[in-house]
Amino acid sequence: MIPAILFWFFSVVAVASGAAVFIVNSMARASYALAVSFIAVGAIIVQLHLDYIGVITILMMVMEMAIMAVFMVMYMGMNPALMPMDMTHHKHRSAIIAVAVFVILAGGALFIPWPARIGVPPGDVTASLGQALMGSKMLVMLTISPALFATIVAALVLANPRGRYDRLGDSLTRGGADKGTAPEDPIRGGLGR
Amino acid sequence: MDSTVTGALWALILPFGLAVAALLAAAGNAVLDSRARGLSATAGMVAPVRETARLLRQQRRTLPGADSLLWRIGGAGLAVAAVLKVLVIPFGNFTFADLPTGLVWFNAMDVLLWALWWLLGWGANSGWSLVGGYRFLAQALSYELPLMFALTAPAVGAGSLRLLDIQDAQDGLWFVVWMPAAFLVYAASVVAFSSWGPFQTATGRDAAGGVIAELSGVDRLLVLAGRYMVLVAGAAFAVPLFFGGGSGPWLPGSVWVIVKSLALVAVFITARRLFPTLRPERLAEIALVLVMPLVLIQVAVAAVIVVVNGGAL
Amino acid sequence: MTLQLVLLIAAALFAVGLYGALSQQVVVMVMMGIELMINGVFLAGGGLWFYLAPTPDGQTLLLVILAAMTVEMAMGFAAATVVHRSRNSDMTDAATELHG
Repeated sequence: MIPAILFWFFSVVAVASGAAVFIVNSMARASYALAVSFIAVGAIIVQLHLDYIGVITILMMVMEMAIMAVFMVMYMGMNPALMPMDMTHHKHRSAIIAVAVFVILAGGALFIPWPARIGVPPGDVTASLGQALMGSKMLVMLTISPALFATIVAALVLANPRGRYDRLGDSLTRGGADKGTAPEDPIRGGLGR
Repeated sequence: MDSTVTGALWALILPFGLAVAALLAAAGNAVLDSRARGLSATAGMVAPVRETARLLRQQRRTLPGADSLLWRIGGAGLAVAAVLKVLVIPFGNFTFADLPTGLVWFNAMDVLLWALWWLLGWGANSGWSLVGGYRFLAQALSYELPLMFALTAPAVGAGSLRLLDIQDAQDGLWFVVWMPAAFLVYAASVVAFSSWGPFQTATGRDAAGGVIAELSGVDRLLVLAGRYMVLVAGAAFAVPLFFGGGSGPWLPGSVWVIVKSLALVAVFITARRLFPTLRPERLAEIALVLVMPLVLIQVAVAAVIVVVNGGAL
Repeated sequence: MTLQLVLLIAAALFAVGLYGALSQQVVVMVMMGIELMINGVFLAGGGLWFYLAPTPDGQTLLLVILAAMTVEMAMGFAAATVVHRSRNSDMTDAATELHG
């Protein structure tokens, strides 16, 4: 009984706040509505006995949305709460496509004869995840980690406005122990390099 | 079912206990303040109570254009996040919620503070507040990664994410002894996510109070109390992680947890006066270039010790 | 709480996200739509894991989805920053080609 009520509560919160993302006209509210949607989904995932994955979903997504709100404010450069405006295109066509996709997916969910369950959840789900990652599924992590590293590098290359030539001069000689002049930084770091 | 009901009843005590601890912390802080200004200690001790009464009677004011919903969520959220953190702390052998992933739960709750502090800054619709909110996020980016790895160290030592297991793994030797770097980083992060001491730029006086600049009345009371509660919760969480939980002679375990927590809070309050404020952009390089490798080495050392020793020391 | 219900909720999240990703003009809002779509996929993955094959290693797929989400965010913000810097715009219609 209680799990069912909780499930419905979290489901309604997840979908409603997901929809609110595109309804509210404040950037901060949109980002945090999405965060609430993720928290609700994380809670449902915990209900599905995936404790660890549910909690880290909440952890990661709240962090991500806090940063996302900052980016939104930075790009927009104004407060839409004070000047509401419509930043959408093809609303009707999008709505039709979305509804059609929902009908197809829902039909699939309801009418596909799902196979019977294989096995039962392991006693300690988190420990078994760790063992899978460090054992039979290690290749997955070995693939993900260079992909994540490449993402870090690529994102920095794209987004960083100043490279080492800006800091250290064309021949990379500015700064250092004996050259005297310090690298040109708009803001000095805490280590005095 | 019975145990769930009694657990829920017990959990009602939790917010009040945390509030009392926060009041004690505020009183201690006020005593040190008044002694530094040459006033009597008793004047300091009643200062938080007097301030509470004053704020309760004060009228709330709101700037035009403020996003009151988000602002109020941010204000009330600090205390809620603190309570949710304490929920998983074992008091001796008793915990309010024995989550198998208690450590990750704590981490998720402290990430919640990113959102709450920023919402406080954003919702007020005031320049100073927004500056404070941004300062907190900039600082959070620096402290969060080292904090995550610092939290990993006790989990590696105990081989578990459940706090009862982490506490029991310290029967022989407290983790603080062989994980000092992890503890120091953790303590600094607690001070940082409470916007306290050297990491208080988000509420700094140079920005007219930052995120708390525009708060008044009950809203201000909630935020100031919530900040102390977050600090207390962080200190209390260090007890099962690094100080052997409820282990200690003569007294029952739950009392030891409270005693150790309050001692740590006292350390945080004293340490506030010993360090200059650190600007977030300076912290970034220190945290990522200096502290991160240090914490990684700490985790590696802990892992090697666990493997060689076949368990915690 | 059954598999069908979980998948229905997941489908609803996916559809709402798809609507957002198609209809929004601001890059960050498009990314929010995509995030919501991945959110639906994530929930469906959790449901399928629990109701069909709760084997220890099936959870790995959920971690892959989480990693995909972070990659999407990081690259999205990086690309949006480049577009914003070179054109002072954050609208998808302004970025018809990706060269700067």
